[in-house]
Amino acid sequence: MKSTTDQHEVVKPVKHDSRGIARAALWVVAASFLFGFAMVPIYRIACEHVLGIKMSAEAADAAQVALMTVDESRTVVVEFVASVNSKLPWTFKAEKSRIEVHPGALTEVWFDATNQSAGAIVGNAVPSVAPSEASPYFNKTECFCFTAQTLDAGESRRMPVRFVVDPQLPKGTTTLTLSYTFYANELETKQLAFAQPSVDGVAKN
Amino acid sequence: MAHAAVHDDHHDAHDHKPQGFLHRWLFTTNHKDIGTLYLVFALVMFLTGGSMAMIIRAELFQPGMQLVQPEFFNEMTTVHALVMIFGAVMPAFVGLGNWMIPLQVGAPDMALPRMNNWSFWILPFAFTLLISSLFMPGAGPQGGWTLYPPLSLQGGNSVAFVIFAIHMMGISSIMGAINIIATILNMRAPGMDLLKMPIFVWSWLITAFLLIAVMPVLAGAVTMLLTDKYFGTSFFNAAGGGDPVMFQHIFWFFGHPEVYIMILPAFGIVSEIIPTFARKPLFGYQAMIYAIASIAFLSFIVWAHHMFTVGMPLGGELYFMYATMLIAIPTGVKVFNWVTTMWEGSMTFETPMLFAIAFVILFTIGGFSGLMLAIVPADFQYHDTYFVVAHFHYVLVTGAIFAIMASVYYWLPKWCGNMYSERWGKIHFWMSVISVNVLFFPQHFLGLAGMPRRIPDYNVAFADFNMVSSIGGFWFGASQLLFVGVVIHAVYFSKNRATSRVWEGARGLEWTVPSPAPHHTFSEPPKIDNSMLAHGDVTH
Repeated sequence: MKSTTDQHEVVKPVKHDSRGIARAALWVVAASFLFGFAMVPIYRIACEHVLGIKMSAEAADAAQVALMTVDESRTVVVEFVASVNSKLPWTFKAEKSRIEVHPGALTEVWFDATNQSAGAIVGNAVPSVAPSEASPYFNKTECFCFTAQTLDAGESRRMPVRFVVDPQLPKGTTTLTLSYTFYANELETKQLAFAQPSVDGVAKN
Repeated sequence: MAHAAVHDDHHDAHDHKPQGFLHRWLFTTNHKDIGTLYLVFALVMFLTGGSMAMIIRAELFQPGMQLVQPEFFNEMTTVHALVMIFGAVMPAFVGLGNWMIPLQVGAPDMALPRMNNWSFWILPFAFTLLISSLFMPGAGPQGGWTLYPPLSLQGGNSVAFVIFAIHMMGISSIMGAINIIATILNMRAPGMDLLKMPIFVWSWLITAFLLIAVMPVLAGAVTMLLTDKYFGTSFFNAAGGGDPVMFQHIFWFFGHPEVYIMILPAFGIVSEIIPTFARKPLFGYQAMIYAIASIAFLSFIVWAHHMFTVGMPLGGELYFMYATMLIAIPTGVKVFNWVTTMWEGSMTFETPMLFAIAFVILFTIGGFSGLMLAIVPADFQYHDTYFVVAHFHYVLVTGAIFAIMASVYYWLPKWCGNMYSERWGKIHFWMSVISVNVLFFPQHFLGLAGMPRRIPDYNVAFADFNMVSSIGGFWFGASQLLFVGVVIHAVYFSKNRATSRVWEGARGLEWTVPSPAPHHTFSEPPKIDNSMLAHGDVTH
């Protein structure tokens, strides 16, 4: 409290101090701006390591999956949801909407996609597992979502997904939902049209 | 620059205002002039945003589509919110801070007067940009003020204008906040210790720290939206591996402190007015400061209660629920301290006091509905319904706006030197306080019954309460024209001169200068007379 009084007895340095405070405040502003962007990796780290939500869509380690033993005593329901973003003129559906599996057993299911448009389009499927806490226990060894899918005009494709539910899946979880949304990969679609402008037209007509 | 230099030379001559309209207002570095500019700007924006609310309520008067297209309705809800938050409430508080903080701490001006000029004059450009987006081909912004992707990015190019407008508003608020911090920490008169400062100054100091900590986060979030739309990044784009839920986390990390930015200065104002008209010192001055600081701290760690329904892990929901409920404790401390300040006081009920008491009661109602929303299982029912709309209008209209109106009635005689018409002030108060409840209270029932927010049409089951709410809306809107009339009358026509103390029970440095406050005050630091300070340790 005394220092405040002292500060004001000298008139000149006051202005200088104000600039110092302004400068310090600007550092806070810059740090918060950077923190906004730092939240992008922080979000990923918090989801994967603190909350146990699997964010990556990569294939599970085959060797690790092979070591899992089938738990015949337990049955888990796996549901499948297939949807298409409104900007992608495809149809996309799961052949079965739900199946019952034993944890540890390798299971194969099929999805069908058809390009309804008059041109070749590249699409990417983005997977999601609910409940999110169960996502680390859902291992895909084969999935059409690992790579971009190119469908020519009118082409249909039957695509497999092979997965294993980890026997470590918490006991309380009895139902898992695997959902996919197909999005148009606009960049690769444009590149495709540029690389082979006439081939599609000729081949389909 | 040249003008500013000339202006500086005249600092010694009291009341020697620069001549000419442009010279006086465009180039001004005077805290009182800039405060006036902010307040006038806020009033204009309040009426602009209010007109948009009238369109919303007119469309919702009956079920079915009557007056406007659904797209235009969505533009109105989006821009109404942005205008009211960034154009009305925040500039009004910055204007009050500009006017009153130097007067209350005995400083000759703000610490960084040229930056002060700049931070105001960015605003008209920012809002021209924002409102011009309504007239653009491909329609204006329709995705709500929260700008959630992917919806907000699916419209036309108007979103780029909204984003740049938000950048400019952010720069303006950050500069205003830096100025206030520098003024409070550096420009206090000798003897004005931190714990002798008026509570309004304290509330602004804490608010300013919130502003510099979170406005840049909003700037970052909207910049990511911009690059997602125009530069091919995928921060929030699921197709490219991004996550739209992450936007909500970043946005509400800004958004929750932001709602306290809009209420903490209101706490400060009410804590000035109630002691004046109860003729008692503020009860628990230090507790009030610690309560404001606790609320400010808690605001950083509760953001996800705005997004309970996104599919969070249970642990996260429980944490955010309990942390949110914790805020009720410091807020309760404040409410009880206001009540205790009034307890056994010699109360009179002039217009500022009426608004302040209405604030305490109605803000508390808004706080209670906030507690209801904090309960996770209940929130799944209330989320995105009119219950939320009712909640945040109780805390922002009868909270922030009522406090701003109370402060205008309280300090207007100091600003313009004339008393407002007490009779018309009271009429304005009673019109406002009755109509605002007719307007927003039925919205609680609509929300509990399941009416979603941000829709132009609704089930006929919601018809009656919507009509009541709309009638309240038109009534409240019309009442605010009375407010404009009362202010214009006081400034230009009132013959009733104010004394320098204005209110019998007023304490504090601002009441030691004449009314109207001269253009330059406290060029010589004032002697602090502890017995005349409204608050602080000295009075207890």
